[in-house]
Amino acid sequence: MCGIAGLIHRGKSSNVGEELQHMLQALKHRGPDSTGYALYADNDGQNFILRFKVGENVGEGSTSVNEDESVYNERKKAVDKKLSELGSLVVKEEKLTPYSYRYEIKFDKDLMEFSKSIESIQSVEILSIGKSLELIKDLGDATVVSERYGLNKVQGTHGIGHARMATESGVDIKSAHPFWGYPFADVSVVHNGQLTNYWNNRRVLENKGMRFMSECDSELIAVFLAERMRNGATLEEGMKESLTGLDGVFTYFVATKDSLGMAKDTMAAKPLVLYESDDLVAMGSEEIAIRSILPQEIDTYDPFDGEVKVWQT
Amino acid sequence: MANLKTAEKKTKAQSMGMHTETLTGKTQQKFFNPDEAENFFYWGTYDVDFNKRTDLDVKDLDCKQANRKIDELMSQGYGTIVIKNPQGKHSLGVGVLNKLNLIFEGSLGYFGVGSIDGPIVRVNGRVGWSCAENMMAGKVVIEKNAGSCFGAAIRGGDLICKGSVGARTGIDQKGGTIIIGGDAGAFTGFMMQRGRIVILGDVGINLGDSMYDGTIYVGGKIGSFGSDAVESPMTKDDIDWLKRKLKVAEIGENFDVSKMTKIVAGKKLWNYDALEPTEKKGAI
Repeated sequence: MCGIAGLIHRGKSSNVGEELQHMLQALKHRGPDSTGYALYADNDGQNFILRFKVGENVGEGSTSVNEDESVYNERKKAVDKKLSELGSLVVKEEKLTPYSYRYEIKFDKDLMEFSKSIESIQSVEILSIGKSLELIKDLGDATVVSERYGLNKVQGTHGIGHARMATESGVDIKSAHPFWGYPFADVSVVHNGQLTNYWNNRRVLENKGMRFMSECDSELIAVFLAERMRNGATLEEGMKESLTGLDGVFTYFVATKDSLGMAKDTMAAKPLVLYESDDLVAMGSEEIAIRSILPQEIDTYDPFDGEVKVWQT
Repeated sequence: MANLKTAEKKTKAQSMGMHTETLTGKTQQKFFNPDEAENFFYWGTYDVDFNKRTDLDVKDLDCKQANRKIDELMSQGYGTIVIKNPQGKHSLGVGVLNKLNLIFEGSLGYFGVGSIDGPIVRVNGRVGWSCAENMMAGKVVIEKNAGSCFGAAIRGGDLICKGSVGARTGIDQKGGTIIIGGDAGAFTGFMMQRGRIVILGDVGINLGDSMYDGTIYVGGKIGSFGSDAVESPMTKDDIDWLKRKLKVAEIGENFDVSKMTKIVAGKKLWNYDALEPTEKKGAI
Protein backbone atom coordinates (compact mmCIF):
# COMPACT_ATOMS: atom_id res chain seq x y z
CA MET A 1 0.00 0.00 0.00
CA CYS A 2 2.99 2.35 0.62
CA GLY A 3 3.18 5.38 2.86
CA ILE A 4 4.08 8.91 1.85
CA ALA A 5 4.97 11.91 3.95
CA GLY A 6 6.00 15.48 3.32
CA LEU A 7 6.58 18.74 5.10
CA ILE A 8 7.45 22.31 4.22
CA HIS A 9 8.63 25.04 6.56
CA ARG A 10 7.62 28.49 5.48
CA GLY A 11 10.20 31.22 5.87
CA LYS A 12 12.71 29.16 7.83
CA SER A 13 14.84 26.06 7.83
CA SER A 14 14.66 23.11 10.14
CA ASN A 15 16.12 19.67 10.61
CA VAL A 16 14.02 18.23 7.78
CA GLY A 17 16.10 15.07 7.57
CA GLU A 18 15.30 14.03 11.12
CA GLU A 19 11.68 15.19 10.89
CA LEU A 20 11.03 13.19 7.73
CA GLN A 21 12.76 10.17 9.23
CA HIS A 22 10.30 10.21 12.15
CA MET A 23 7.34 10.64 9.81
CA LEU A 24 8.39 7.78 7.54
CA GLN A 25 9.29 5.49 10.41
CA ALA A 26 5.74 5.96 11.73
CA LEU A 27 4.51 4.69 8.35
CA LYS A 28 6.80 1.66 8.21
CA HIS A 29 3.85 -0.75 8.45
CA ARG A 30 2.63 0.62 5.11
CA GLY A 31 5.85 -0.20 3.31
CA PRO A 32 8.82 -2.07 4.77
CA ASP A 33 10.71 -2.80 1.53
CA SER A 34 12.52 0.45 0.85
CA THR A 35 12.55 4.06 1.98
CA GLY A 36 13.34 7.20 0.06
CA TYR A 37 13.91 10.83 0.89
CA ALA A 38 13.92 13.97 -1.25
CA LEU A 39 15.35 16.63 1.04
CA TYR A 40 15.70 20.27 0.00
CA ALA A 41 18.77 21.22 1.90
CA ASP A 42 20.39 24.53 2.82
CA ASN A 43 23.13 24.22 0.23
CA ASP A 44 24.94 27.31 -1.03
CA GLY A 45 23.27 27.04 -4.42
CA GLN A 46 26.54 27.54 -6.29
CA ASN A 47 26.96 24.00 -7.57
CA PHE A 48 24.76 21.14 -8.70
CA ILE A 49 24.41 18.17 -6.39
CA LEU A 50 24.58 15.02 -8.48
CA ARG A 51 23.47 11.83 -6.77
CA PHE A 52 23.87 8.64 -8.75
CA LYS A 53 24.20 4.93 -8.34
CA VAL A 54 26.41 2.49 -10.20
CA GLY A 55 24.73 -0.68 -8.97
CA GLU A 56 22.01 -2.06 -6.78
CA ASN A 57 21.48 -3.03 -3.18
CA VAL A 58 20.19 -6.50 -3.99
CA GLY A 59 17.75 -7.85 -1.43
CA GLU A 60 15.02 -10.48 -1.36
CA GLY A 61 12.49 -9.81 -4.10
CA SER A 62 14.91 -7.80 -6.20
CA THR A 63 14.93 -8.14 -9.96
CA SER A 64 18.45 -6.72 -10.05
CA VAL A 65 21.69 -8.63 -10.30
CA ASN A 66 24.24 -8.82 -7.52
CA GLU A 67 27.59 -7.60 -8.84
CA ASP A 68 31.14 -7.44 -7.58
CA GLU A 69 32.24 -4.12 -6.11
CA SER A 70 35.08 -3.94 -8.64
CA VAL A 71 32.43 -3.58 -11.35
CA TYR A 72 31.01 -0.59 -9.48
CA ASN A 73 34.45 0.98 -9.33
CA GLU A 74 34.87 0.64 -13.08
CA ARG A 75 31.52 2.30 -13.67
CA LYS A 76 32.43 5.13 -11.34
CA LYS A 77 35.59 5.71 -13.36
CA ALA A 78 33.46 5.79 -16.52
CA VAL A 79 31.21 8.42 -14.93
CA ASP A 80 34.22 10.54 -14.01
CA LYS A 81 35.47 10.31 -17.59
CA LYS A 82 32.07 11.34 -18.98
CA LEU A 83 31.86 14.27 -16.60
CA SER A 84 35.20 15.49 -17.80
CA GLU A 85 34.18 15.10 -21.45
CA LEU A 86 30.97 17.04 -20.80
CA GLY A 87 32.92 19.95 -19.38
CA SER A 88 31.78 19.43 -15.84
CA LEU A 89 34.08 20.17 -12.93
CA VAL A 90 33.77 17.92 -9.88
CA VAL A 91 34.22 20.14 -6.82
CA LYS A 92 33.61 17.46 -4.22
CA GLU A 93 32.87 13.75 -4.28
CA GLU A 94 31.59 11.37 -1.60
CA LYS A 95 31.24 7.61 -1.78
CA LEU A 96 28.16 6.85 0.34
CA THR A 97 27.85 3.10 -0.20
CA PRO A 98 29.66 0.75 -2.57
CA TYR A 99 27.01 1.59 -5.17
CA SER A 100 26.03 5.23 -4.59
CA TYR A 101 27.78 8.57 -4.81
CA ARG A 102 27.18 12.23 -4.11
CA TYR A 103 29.09 14.75 -6.24
CA GLU A 104 29.12 18.52 -6.20
CA ILE A 105 29.74 19.68 -9.75
CA LYS A 106 29.97 22.85 -11.75
CA PHE A 107 27.96 22.62 -14.97
CA ASP A 108 26.08 25.20 -17.02
CA LYS A 109 24.81 23.33 -20.09
CA ASP A 110 21.73 21.31 -21.00
CA LEU A 111 20.81 18.86 -18.23
CA MET A 112 18.93 16.49 -20.51
CA GLU A 113 21.92 15.86 -22.77
CA PHE A 114 24.13 15.67 -19.69
CA SER A 115 21.87 13.06 -18.08
CA LYS A 116 21.56 10.99 -21.24
CA SER A 117 25.32 10.89 -21.58
CA ILE A 118 25.94 9.81 -17.98
CA GLU A 119 23.18 7.21 -18.07
CA SER A 120 24.51 5.73 -21.31
CA ILE A 121 27.00 3.93 -19.02
CA GLN A 122 25.61 0.51 -18.18
CA SER A 123 23.64 0.33 -14.90
CA VAL A 124 24.38 3.93 -13.99
CA GLU A 125 21.34 5.90 -12.88
CA ILE A 126 21.17 9.52 -11.84
CA LEU A 127 19.02 9.65 -8.73
CA SER A 128 18.82 13.42 -8.76
CA ILE A 129 20.34 16.65 -9.95
CA GLY A 130 19.63 19.91 -8.22
CA LYS A 131 21.08 22.80 -6.33
CA SER A 132 19.19 21.98 -3.16
CA LEU A 133 17.68 18.53 -3.84
CA GLU A 134 19.31 15.61 -2.02
CA LEU A 135 17.52 12.44 -3.17
CA ILE A 136 18.37 9.29 -1.25
CA LYS A 137 16.67 5.91 -1.53
CA ASP A 138 17.65 2.44 -0.50
CA LEU A 139 16.33 -0.81 0.93
CA GLY A 140 15.26 -0.79 4.58
CA ASP A 141 13.09 1.30 6.82
CA ALA A 142 13.42 5.04 7.40
CA THR A 143 15.85 4.73 10.28
CA VAL A 144 18.09 2.24 8.48
CA VAL A 145 18.32 4.43 5.38
CA SER A 146 18.78 7.61 7.39
CA GLU A 147 21.62 6.12 9.40
CA ARG A 148 23.24 4.63 6.29
CA TYR A 149 23.34 8.03 4.58
CA GLY A 150 23.60 10.32 7.62
CA LEU A 151 20.34 12.14 6.96
CA ASN A 152 19.30 13.07 10.46
CA LYS A 153 21.46 16.18 10.43
CA VAL A 154 20.24 17.59 7.08
CA GLN A 155 18.95 21.13 7.51
CA GLY A 156 16.53 22.44 4.93
CA THR A 157 13.16 23.92 4.17
CA HIS A 158 11.14 20.97 2.92
CA GLY A 159 11.13 17.37 1.89
CA ILE A 160 9.04 14.43 0.76
CA GLY A 161 9.51 10.75 1.42
CA HIS A 162 8.19 7.30 0.77
CA ALA A 163 7.97 3.95 2.59
CA ARG A 164 7.49 1.37 -0.14
CA MET A 165 5.64 -1.90 -0.29
CA ALA A 166 6.69 -3.32 -3.63
CA THR A 167 3.72 -4.45 -5.72
CA GLU A 168 4.23 -3.60 -9.39
CA SER A 169 7.99 -4.03 -9.60
CA GLY A 170 11.02 -5.37 -7.76
CA VAL A 171 12.48 -4.66 -4.36
CA ASP A 172 15.41 -2.55 -5.46
CA ILE A 173 16.64 1.03 -5.52
CA LYS A 174 15.69 1.69 -9.12
CA SER A 175 12.03 0.99 -8.28
CA ALA A 176 12.08 2.88 -5.01
CA HIS A 177 10.68 6.36 -4.57
CA PRO A 178 11.15 9.33 -4.78
CA PHE A 179 11.61 9.71 -8.51
CA TRP A 180 13.59 12.57 -9.91
CA GLY A 181 11.66 14.75 -12.40
CA TYR A 182 14.20 14.17 -15.17
CA PRO A 183 15.54 16.40 -16.71
CA PHE A 184 14.53 19.19 -14.35
CA ALA A 185 16.81 20.16 -11.52
CA ASP A 186 15.32 19.94 -8.05
CA VAL A 187 12.06 18.16 -8.98
CA SER A 188 11.00 14.99 -7.15
CA VAL A 189 7.84 12.87 -6.80
CA VAL A 190 6.47 10.26 -4.38
CA HIS A 191 3.26 8.33 -4.94
CA ASN A 192 0.84 6.04 -3.14
CA GLY A 193 -1.48 4.06 -5.39
CA GLN A 194 -1.59 2.25 -8.70
CA LEU A 195 -1.65 3.71 -12.21
CA THR A 196 -3.57 1.69 -14.76
CA ASN A 197 -2.60 3.47 -17.99
CA TYR A 198 1.13 3.26 -17.34
CA TRP A 199 2.19 1.57 -20.57
CA ASN A 200 0.03 3.74 -22.84
CA ASN A 201 1.43 6.89 -21.27
CA ARG A 202 4.96 5.51 -21.21
CA ARG A 203 4.93 4.77 -24.94
CA VAL A 204 3.71 8.28 -25.72
CA LEU A 205 6.23 9.95 -23.42
CA GLU A 206 9.17 7.87 -24.64
CA ASN A 207 8.30 8.88 -28.19
CA LYS A 208 8.62 12.46 -26.99
CA GLY A 209 12.15 11.79 -25.75
CA MET A 210 11.39 11.30 -22.06
CA ARG A 211 13.29 8.62 -20.14
CA PHE A 212 12.13 5.86 -17.79
CA MET A 213 14.63 4.05 -15.57
CA SER A 214 12.32 1.50 -13.96
CA GLU A 215 9.09 -0.35 -14.56
CA CYS A 216 7.52 1.16 -11.47
CA ASP A 217 4.20 2.81 -12.38
CA SER A 218 4.90 5.68 -10.02
CA GLU A 219 7.80 6.88 -12.15
CA LEU A 220 5.19 7.84 -14.72
CA ILE A 221 4.02 10.72 -12.54
CA ALA A 222 7.47 12.31 -12.45
CA VAL A 223 7.92 11.87 -16.20
CA PHE A 224 4.37 13.07 -16.93
CA LEU A 225 4.88 16.27 -14.93
CA ALA A 226 8.37 16.85 -16.35
CA GLU A 227 7.04 16.56 -19.91
CA ARG A 228 4.25 19.07 -19.18
CA MET A 229 6.70 21.50 -17.59
CA ARG A 230 9.07 21.03 -20.50
CA ASN A 231 6.24 22.28 -22.71
CA GLY A 232 5.71 25.40 -20.65
CA ALA A 233 3.13 24.34 -18.05
CA THR A 234 3.60 25.43 -14.46
CA LEU A 235 3.91 22.75 -11.82
CA GLU A 236 0.33 23.33 -10.66
CA GLU A 237 -1.01 23.21 -14.23
CA GLY A 238 0.80 19.94 -14.83
CA MET A 239 -0.59 18.49 -11.62
CA LYS A 240 -4.14 19.45 -12.56
CA GLU A 241 -3.67 17.84 -15.98
CA SER A 242 -2.50 14.67 -14.25
CA LEU A 243 -5.92 14.20 -12.66
CA THR A 244 -7.33 13.30 -16.07
CA GLY A 245 -4.14 12.16 -17.82
CA LEU A 246 -3.42 9.45 -15.27
CA ASP A 247 -5.84 6.57 -14.70
CA GLY A 248 -5.96 4.68 -11.46
CA VAL A 249 -5.86 5.56 -7.81
CA PHE A 250 -3.28 7.93 -6.46
CA THR A 251 -2.21 10.45 -3.94
CA TYR A 252 1.14 11.97 -4.81
CA PHE A 253 3.48 14.71 -3.67
CA VAL A 254 5.79 16.68 -5.89
CA ALA A 255 8.49 19.05 -4.69
CA THR A 256 10.64 21.69 -6.37
CA LYS A 257 13.38 23.87 -4.94
CA ASP A 258 10.88 26.24 -3.35
CA SER A 259 7.50 24.48 -3.35
CA LEU A 260 5.65 21.35 -2.34
CA GLY A 261 2.41 20.12 -3.90
CA MET A 262 -0.12 17.34 -3.46
CA ALA A 263 -2.71 15.83 -5.79
CA LYS A 264 -5.45 13.33 -5.08
CA ASP A 265 -7.32 11.32 -7.69
CA THR A 266 -10.98 11.98 -8.47
CA MET A 267 -12.16 8.93 -6.52
CA ALA A 268 -10.21 9.87 -3.39
CA ALA A 269 -9.22 6.25 -3.11
CA LYS A 270 -5.90 6.82 -1.39
CA PRO A 271 -5.55 8.45 2.00
CA LEU A 272 -3.95 11.73 2.93
CA VAL A 273 -4.06 13.75 6.12
CA LEU A 274 -2.98 17.38 6.10
CA TYR A 275 -1.90 19.87 8.72
CA GLU A 276 -1.49 23.52 7.77
CA SER A 277 -0.25 26.40 9.89
CA ASP A 278 1.38 29.73 9.07
CA ASP A 279 4.89 28.34 9.33
CA LEU A 280 4.53 24.61 8.64
CA VAL A 281 2.58 22.28 6.37
CA ALA A 282 2.89 18.57 7.16
CA MET A 283 1.13 15.70 5.44
CA GLY A 284 1.11 11.96 5.37
CA SER A 285 -0.81 8.83 4.52
CA GLU A 286 -1.81 8.55 8.17
CA GLU A 287 -2.11 11.03 10.98
CA ILE A 288 0.47 9.19 13.06
CA ALA A 289 3.12 10.46 10.62
CA ILE A 290 2.24 14.05 11.50
CA ARG A 291 1.91 13.20 15.20
CA SER A 292 5.46 11.90 15.16
CA ILE A 293 6.71 15.49 14.83
CA LEU A 294 3.73 17.34 16.32
CA PRO A 295 2.53 15.37 19.33
CA GLN A 296 0.37 18.23 20.66
CA GLU A 297 -3.30 18.46 19.70
CA ILE A 298 -3.62 20.01 16.23
CA ASP A 299 -6.29 20.41 13.58
CA THR A 300 -5.91 18.15 10.57
CA TYR A 301 -8.12 17.28 7.62
CA ASP A 302 -8.41 15.05 4.55
CA PRO A 303 -8.22 16.84 1.20
CA PHE A 304 -11.17 16.04 -1.05
CA ASP A 305 -11.25 14.09 -4.30
CA GLY A 306 -9.55 15.74 -7.27
CA GLU A 307 -7.81 18.28 -5.07
CA VAL A 308 -4.48 19.87 -6.02
CA LYS A 309 -2.59 22.12 -3.62
CA VAL A 310 0.82 23.78 -3.83
CA TRP A 311 2.67 25.55 -1.01
CA GLN A 312 5.72 27.80 -1.25
CA THR A 313 8.63 27.96 1.21
CA MET B 1 -30.61 -21.69 13.95
CA ALA B 2 -34.22 -20.66 13.41
CA ASN B 3 -35.88 -21.94 10.30
CA LEU B 4 -39.18 -20.14 10.50
CA LYS B 5 -40.51 -21.57 7.29
CA THR B 6 -41.55 -24.66 9.25
CA ALA B 7 -42.48 -22.88 12.49
CA GLU B 8 -46.18 -23.40 13.12
CA LYS B 9 -46.73 -20.90 15.93
CA LYS B 10 -45.27 -17.55 16.81
CA THR B 11 -42.30 -17.53 19.09
CA LYS B 12 -42.36 -15.42 22.23
CA ALA B 13 -39.97 -12.96 20.55
CA GLN B 14 -42.39 -12.47 17.69
CA SER B 15 -45.37 -11.99 19.93
CA MET B 16 -43.39 -9.37 21.86
CA GLY B 17 -42.78 -7.57 18.57
CA MET B 18 -39.01 -8.01 18.73
CA HIS B 19 -39.04 -9.24 15.16
CA THR B 20 -41.81 -9.87 12.73
CA GLU B 21 -40.13 -11.44 9.73
CA THR B 22 -41.20 -14.89 8.63
CA LEU B 23 -38.18 -15.92 6.71
CA THR B 24 -38.25 -18.53 3.98
CA GLY B 25 -35.96 -19.80 1.30
CA LYS B 26 -32.26 -19.15 1.50
CA THR B 27 -32.35 -16.55 4.23
CA GLN B 28 -31.70 -17.82 7.71
CA GLN B 29 -31.17 -15.73 10.77
CA LYS B 30 -30.59 -16.44 14.42
CA PHE B 31 -32.72 -14.28 16.68
CA PHE B 32 -32.36 -13.53 20.35
CA ASN B 33 -34.63 -15.94 22.19
CA PRO B 34 -36.16 -14.54 25.42
CA ASP B 35 -37.20 -18.09 26.36
CA GLU B 36 -33.54 -18.76 26.93
CA ALA B 37 -32.80 -15.38 28.51
CA GLU B 38 -31.56 -16.70 31.81
CA ASN B 39 -28.95 -18.80 30.04
CA PHE B 40 -28.10 -16.10 27.53
CA PHE B 41 -24.60 -14.65 27.79
CA TYR B 42 -23.52 -11.79 25.56
CA TRP B 43 -19.78 -12.37 25.45
CA GLY B 44 -17.53 -9.41 26.15
CA THR B 45 -20.07 -7.18 27.89
CA TYR B 46 -19.99 -5.67 31.34
CA ASP B 47 -22.40 -4.01 33.71
CA VAL B 48 -20.76 -0.63 34.30
CA ASP B 49 -21.56 2.44 36.39
CA PHE B 50 -21.48 5.79 34.55
CA ASN B 51 -20.55 7.51 37.81
CA LYS B 52 -17.42 5.41 38.18
CA ARG B 53 -14.86 7.39 36.18
CA THR B 54 -11.18 7.01 35.35
CA ASP B 55 -8.50 8.31 33.00
CA LEU B 56 -6.35 6.14 30.76
CA ASP B 57 -3.18 7.53 29.19
CA VAL B 58 -2.41 5.54 26.02
CA LYS B 59 0.68 7.52 25.01
CA ASP B 60 2.97 4.54 25.49
CA LEU B 61 0.49 1.81 24.62
CA ASP B 62 -0.16 0.28 21.22
CA CYS B 63 -3.76 -0.19 20.09
CA LYS B 64 -4.08 -3.75 21.39
CA GLN B 65 -2.72 -2.83 24.79
CA ALA B 66 -5.01 0.21 24.97
CA ASN B 67 -8.10 -1.77 24.00
CA ARG B 68 -7.29 -4.52 26.49
CA LYS B 69 -6.91 -1.86 29.18
CA ILE B 70 -10.34 -0.39 28.30
CA ASP B 71 -11.80 -3.89 28.54
CA GLU B 72 -10.14 -4.42 31.90
CA LEU B 73 -11.51 -1.11 33.24
CA MET B 74 -15.03 -2.00 32.09
CA SER B 75 -14.72 -5.36 33.81
CA GLN B 76 -14.02 -3.40 37.01
CA GLY B 77 -17.26 -1.48 36.52
CA TYR B 78 -15.86 1.80 35.19
CA GLY B 79 -18.61 3.42 33.11
CA THR B 80 -16.83 6.65 32.17
CA ILE B 81 -13.36 6.31 30.69
CA VAL B 82 -11.33 9.28 29.46
CA ILE B 83 -8.57 8.36 27.02
CA LYS B 84 -5.58 10.71 27.16
CA ASN B 85 -3.01 11.12 24.35
CA PRO B 86 -4.55 8.92 21.63
CA GLN B 87 -2.23 10.75 19.17
CA GLY B 88 -3.82 9.42 16.00
CA LYS B 89 -3.36 5.75 16.85
CA HIS B 90 -5.44 3.26 14.90
CA SER B 91 -8.27 1.00 16.05
CA LEU B 92 -8.76 2.52 19.49
CA GLY B 93 -12.02 1.83 21.33
CA VAL B 94 -13.18 -0.94 19.02
CA GLY B 95 -15.58 -3.72 19.97
CA VAL B 96 -17.22 -2.09 23.01
CA LEU B 97 -20.51 -3.98 23.32
CA ASN B 98 -22.08 -2.43 26.40
CA LYS B 99 -23.09 0.99 27.66
CA LEU B 100 -20.10 3.21 28.38
CA ASN B 101 -19.11 6.86 28.33
CA LEU B 102 -15.91 6.82 26.31
CA ILE B 103 -14.15 10.16 25.85
CA PHE B 104 -11.03 10.66 23.74
CA GLU B 105 -8.97 13.74 24.57
CA GLY B 106 -7.35 13.96 21.13
CA SER B 107 -7.50 12.46 17.66
CA LEU B 108 -7.87 8.89 16.45
CA GLY B 109 -6.31 7.19 13.45
CA TYR B 110 -8.02 4.63 11.24
CA PHE B 111 -10.86 2.32 12.31
CA GLY B 112 -11.53 4.14 15.59
CA VAL B 113 -14.48 2.88 17.68
CA GLY B 114 -15.40 0.25 15.09
CA SER B 115 -17.90 -2.56 15.71
CA ILE B 116 -19.40 -0.98 18.80
CA ASP B 117 -22.83 -1.76 20.20
CA GLY B 118 -24.10 0.74 22.73
CA PRO B 119 -21.45 3.13 24.07
CA ILE B 120 -21.61 6.91 24.00
CA VAL B 121 -18.36 8.15 22.50
CA ARG B 122 -16.97 11.65 22.21
CA VAL B 123 -13.77 12.39 20.30
CA ASN B 124 -12.36 15.81 21.13
CA GLY B 125 -10.27 15.77 17.99
CA ARG B 126 -10.27 14.29 14.52
CA VAL B 127 -10.75 10.72 13.30
CA GLY B 128 -9.13 8.94 10.36
CA TRP B 129 -10.65 6.54 7.82
CA SER B 130 -13.51 4.19 8.67
CA CYS B 131 -14.55 5.62 12.02
CA ALA B 132 -17.33 3.60 13.72
CA GLU B 133 -17.41 1.02 10.95
CA ASN B 134 -20.11 -1.61 11.61
CA MET B 135 -21.51 0.32 14.58
CA MET B 136 -24.70 -1.36 15.86
CA ALA B 137 -25.97 1.10 18.46
CA GLY B 138 -24.89 4.03 20.58
CA LYS B 139 -23.85 7.60 19.87
CA VAL B 140 -20.52 8.84 18.55
CA VAL B 141 -19.68 12.56 18.35
CA ILE B 142 -16.56 13.78 16.56
CA GLU B 143 -15.72 17.37 17.42
CA LYS B 144 -13.43 18.04 14.43
CA ASN B 145 -13.02 16.47 10.96
CA ALA B 146 -13.18 12.86 9.83
CA GLY B 147 -11.49 10.89 7.06
CA SER B 148 -13.05 8.76 4.34
CA CYS B 149 -15.49 5.88 4.84
CA PHE B 150 -16.99 7.56 7.90
CA GLY B 151 -19.66 5.23 9.28
CA ALA B 152 -19.08 2.49 6.73
CA ALA B 153 -21.71 -0.26 7.04
CA ILE B 154 -23.23 1.02 10.27
CA ARG B 155 -26.40 -0.80 11.35
CA GLY B 156 -27.70 1.61 13.94
CA GLY B 157 -26.99 4.45 16.34
CA ASP B 158 -26.14 8.10 15.77
CA LEU B 159 -22.78 9.01 14.26
CA ILE B 160 -22.03 12.72 14.23
CA CYS B 161 -19.10 14.70 12.84
CA LYS B 162 -19.16 18.40 13.60
CA GLY B 163 -16.53 19.15 10.93
CA SER B 164 -16.08 17.87 7.38
CA VAL B 165 -15.65 14.28 6.22
CA GLY B 166 -13.82 12.58 3.35
CA ALA B 167 -15.13 10.37 0.56
CA ARG B 168 -17.58 7.44 0.76
CA THR B 169 -19.29 8.49 3.98
CA GLY B 170 -21.97 5.93 4.86
CA ILE B 171 -20.81 3.44 2.25
CA ASP B 172 -22.89 0.26 2.64
CA GLN B 173 -24.89 1.85 5.47
CA LYS B 174 -27.55 -0.53 6.74
CA GLY B 175 -29.27 1.60 9.37
CA GLY B 176 -28.76 4.37 11.90
CA THR B 177 -28.07 8.03 11.26
CA ILE B 178 -24.95 9.86 10.13
CA ILE B 179 -24.88 13.64 10.59
CA ILE B 180 -22.17 15.89 9.16
CA GLY B 181 -21.85 19.53 10.20
CA GLY B 182 -19.51 20.51 7.38
CA ASP B 183 -18.86 19.20 3.86
CA ALA B 184 -18.64 15.62 2.59
CA GLY B 185 -16.54 14.16 -0.23
CA ALA B 186 -17.31 12.05 -3.30
CA PHE B 187 -19.47 8.90 -3.30
CA THR B 188 -21.29 9.79 -0.08
CA GLY B 189 -23.93 7.12 0.60
CA PHE B 190 -22.41 4.74 -1.95
CA MET B 191 -24.54 1.56 -1.99
CA MET B 192 -26.35 2.52 1.21
CA GLN B 193 -29.18 0.19 2.06
CA ARG B 194 -31.02 1.74 4.97
CA GLY B 195 -30.75 4.60 7.43
CA ARG B 196 -30.25 8.31 6.96
CA ILE B 197 -27.35 10.61 6.16
CA VAL B 198 -27.60 14.35 6.89
CA ILE B 199 -25.01 16.77 5.50
CA LEU B 200 -25.36 20.43 6.38
CA GLY B 201 -22.64 21.60 4.00
CA ASP B 202 -21.71 20.75 0.42
CA VAL B 203 -21.22 17.25 -0.92
CA GLY B 204 -18.98 15.95 -3.72
CA ILE B 205 -19.66 14.02 -6.89
CA ASN B 206 -21.65 10.79 -7.25
CA LEU B 207 -23.86 11.31 -4.23
CA GLY B 208 -25.85 8.18 -3.33
CA ASP B 209 -24.35 6.17 -6.16
CA SER B 210 -26.11 2.80 -6.49
CA MET B 211 -28.02 3.28 -3.23
CA TYR B 212 -30.61 0.59 -2.58
CA ASP B 213 -32.65 2.45 -0.03
CA GLY B 214 -32.33 4.98 2.78
CA THR B 215 -32.45 8.76 2.66
CA ILE B 216 -29.81 11.47 2.28
CA TYR B 217 -30.44 15.12 3.18
CA VAL B 218 -28.04 17.81 1.91
CA GLY B 219 -28.01 21.43 3.05
CA GLY B 220 -25.45 22.79 0.58
CA LYS B 221 -24.40 22.21 -3.01
CA ILE B 222 -24.31 18.75 -4.59
CA GLY B 223 -21.38 17.92 -6.92
CA SER B 224 -23.46 15.40 -8.86
CA PHE B 225 -25.94 12.62 -8.30
CA GLY B 226 -24.72 9.06 -8.54
CA SER B 227 -26.36 6.33 -10.53
CA ASP B 228 -29.99 5.77 -9.48
CA ALA B 229 -29.98 8.54 -6.83
CA VAL B 230 -32.94 10.86 -7.30
CA GLU B 231 -34.32 13.93 -5.61
CA SER B 232 -37.52 13.54 -3.62
CA PRO B 233 -39.80 16.23 -2.13
CA MET B 234 -39.24 17.17 1.51
CA THR B 235 -42.25 16.34 3.68
CA LYS B 236 -43.36 17.67 7.05
CA ASP B 237 -42.20 14.40 8.59
CA ASP B 238 -38.74 14.93 7.12
CA ILE B 239 -38.55 18.43 8.54
CA ASP B 240 -39.77 17.38 11.98
CA TRP B 241 -37.35 14.48 12.10
CA LEU B 242 -34.40 16.66 10.99
CA LYS B 243 -35.15 19.32 13.60
CA ARG B 244 -35.34 16.72 16.33
CA LYS B 245 -32.24 14.89 15.19
CA LEU B 246 -30.06 17.97 14.77
CA LYS B 247 -30.91 18.98 18.29
CA VAL B 248 -29.80 15.58 19.57
CA ALA B 249 -26.68 15.91 17.44
CA GLU B 250 -25.76 19.22 19.08
CA ILE B 251 -25.25 20.89 15.70
CA GLY B 252 -27.25 22.99 13.28
CA GLU B 253 -30.05 23.77 15.69
CA ASN B 254 -30.73 27.03 13.83
CA PHE B 255 -30.26 25.46 10.39
CA ASP B 256 -33.22 25.92 8.01
CA VAL B 257 -33.87 22.26 7.32
CA SER B 258 -36.85 23.01 5.08
CA LYS B 259 -34.41 24.12 2.36
CA MET B 260 -32.45 20.89 2.38
CA THR B 261 -32.42 18.56 -0.62
CA LYS B 262 -33.70 15.04 -0.05
CA ILE B 263 -32.19 12.18 -2.06
CA VAL B 264 -33.54 8.65 -2.25
CA ALA B 265 -32.99 5.57 -4.41
CA GLY B 266 -34.68 5.65 -7.79
CA LYS B 267 -34.89 1.85 -7.46
CA LYS B 268 -34.21 1.34 -11.15
CA LEU B 269 -31.18 -0.79 -10.38
CA TRP B 270 -33.06 -3.24 -8.20
CA ASN B 271 -32.80 -6.79 -9.39
CA TYR B 272 -34.67 -8.89 -6.86
CA ASP B 273 -37.53 -10.08 -8.99
CA ALA B 274 -36.33 -13.66 -8.69
CA LEU B 275 -36.77 -13.60 -4.93
CA GLU B 276 -39.91 -14.29 -2.94
CA PRO B 277 -41.50 -11.17 -1.37
CA THR B 278 -40.37 -12.10 2.14
CA GLU B 279 -36.83 -12.68 0.90
CA LYS B 280 -36.78 -9.22 -0.68
CA LYS B 281 -37.45 -7.66 2.68
CA GLY B 282 -34.61 -9.61 4.20
CA ALA B 283 -32.23 -8.70 1.42
CA ILE B 284 -32.38 -4.90 1.53
